[in-house]
Amino acid sequence: MPVFRTERLELRSSSDVVHVRQKVRTWAVEAGFSLVDQTKMVTAASELARNTIDYGGGGAVSLELIEEGSRRGLRVAFEDQGPGIADIDKALTDHYTTGNGLGLGLGGARRLVNEFDIRSRVGEGTRVVITRWK
Amino acid sequence: MDRIPILKLRNLLLVTIQVDMHDRLALQLQDELTQRINETGARGVLIDISALDIVDSFIGRMIANIAAMARVLDADTVVVGMQPAVAITLVELGLTLPGVRTALNVDRGMALLETNADAPTDSNEANARFSD
Repeated sequence: MPVFRTERLELRSSSDVVHVRQKVRTWAVEAGFSLVDQTKMVTAASELARNTIDYGGGGAVSLELIEEGSRRGLRVAFEDQGPGIADIDKALTDHYTTGNGLGLGLGGARRLVNEFDIRSRVGEGTRVVITRWK
Repeated sequence: MDRIPILKLRNLLLVTIQVDMHDRLALQLQDELTQRINETGARGVLIDISALDIVDSFIGRMIANIAAMARVLDADTVVVGMQPAVAITLVELGLTLPGVRTALNVDRGMALLETNADAPTDSNEANARFSD
């Protein structure tokens, strides 16, 4: 799959979450997303970026502008080397949280994108990849 | 550091959120707003989010917390000006804002709060629950 551009950002503090939101917005506009689709992608990215910081102890995010056939998309990957998630199904359940959030981050982010992939190993970390097509 | 201004309009407080809120700023707003309700005896809080281009679960939780704190201090909260794309996204995200009323714009939000202040049914109900 052709990748037009990639960029990697560090995720350490809550001001990095704001930075990720702005970056995802810019790229979603460039990918030609409608306003609603931009908003969904930025919101999903905001949830996942915060998870990376709050539960993963920080990490990194990579953005990719991609093309498949005639369609363009935006893929964003969140990675941390944190404690990992023991029960992914449970973590995806709405209102389940091990912290003090609302427990909507993962399940909500999954509903806002076209493709959602999560891999996690206890003690090694978590990687979540979201994709939205124009 | 950024601050979110809180304006007093008659017996209401108006908060216009115009910056992309980072977490610390959101928590600072909670503190300052509850302080101002206490000082001014305001009966209502209007939170204008028309400049926010997203509301994620963190910001949603902050708004719900402000409404709950204001409620305990005898003030109602109305969120106004949510952009349509934000509303669509919030529903798909699964975020509900319990105890938070919404209005399309500041004018309608003020009208809603002024009607409430005349007929203090909600606060009586809340007091009744506490005394049960």
